[in-house]
Amino acid sequence: MFRIVDHPLDLLEATRFVSGEEAGGIASFVGIVRKENHGKKVVAVEYQAYSSMAEKVMRRIGEEIGRDLGPLRIAMIHRTGRLMVGEASVIIVAGATHRREALSAVSRAIERLKREVPIWKKEFYEDGSDWLEPAPGEGGPPANKTGG
Amino acid sequence: MKVRILFFARLRELAGCEAMEMELPEGSTIGDLWHDLQQRLDALAGFRTPPLMALDEQYAGVDTELTEGSEIALFPPVSGG
Repeated sequence: MFRIVDHPLDLLEATRFVSGEEAGGIASFVGIVRKENHGKKVVAVEYQAYSSMAEKVMRRIGEEIGRDLGPLRIAMIHRTGRLMVGEASVIIVAGATHRREALSAVSRAIERLKREVPIWKKEFYEDGSDWLEPAPGEGGPPANKTGG
Repeated sequence: MKVRILFFARLRELAGCEAMEMELPEGSTIGDLWHDLQQRLDALAGFRTPPLMALDEQYAGVDTELTEGSEIALFPPVSGG
């Protein structure tokens, strides 16, 4: 399940999606809008996505993690639009035979999502707004995917 | 040939539109397109290096050749999560 949605995220739905008789472990990550970033008080954020490409990139990430870790089911869902502090912006849930693979899949998926999936965050402060600049080394495609 | 260009995030604000169409000579690359855009849109002229670029929903480099109907997306480093 790889989706960009413009409504509140449903962790239970994603968890059901990755559940199954063969899944002995389910791990999840929920990203939440923080009240502060780089020392500035955040009042809201807005996410924009290139939705069709974002869903494709998330699917490829999920497939590559599955090839690496063995059979698993994974859900990656990111929300767009205006979100308030405390709301969930992204959920990732993985179900695998054993806990180690489930936990590893979630960790890899969120790290790759932050680097590769075309989604952008604009933060709104009490005195203005700005698009977030990712840390050096984040926010671009992997080097082997940029070739023409 | 006609291609379609999509802008996202800060690039969308600088371009002043979500999308536009452009007519380019056959054999043009994404790099050629970026050069043309910088001539046409003053707000983009200050970029020293091109932003991230995708062709038909896949990351692509400046040397990638375009074809009739190509959809090119231009955007800053991603910051989702």
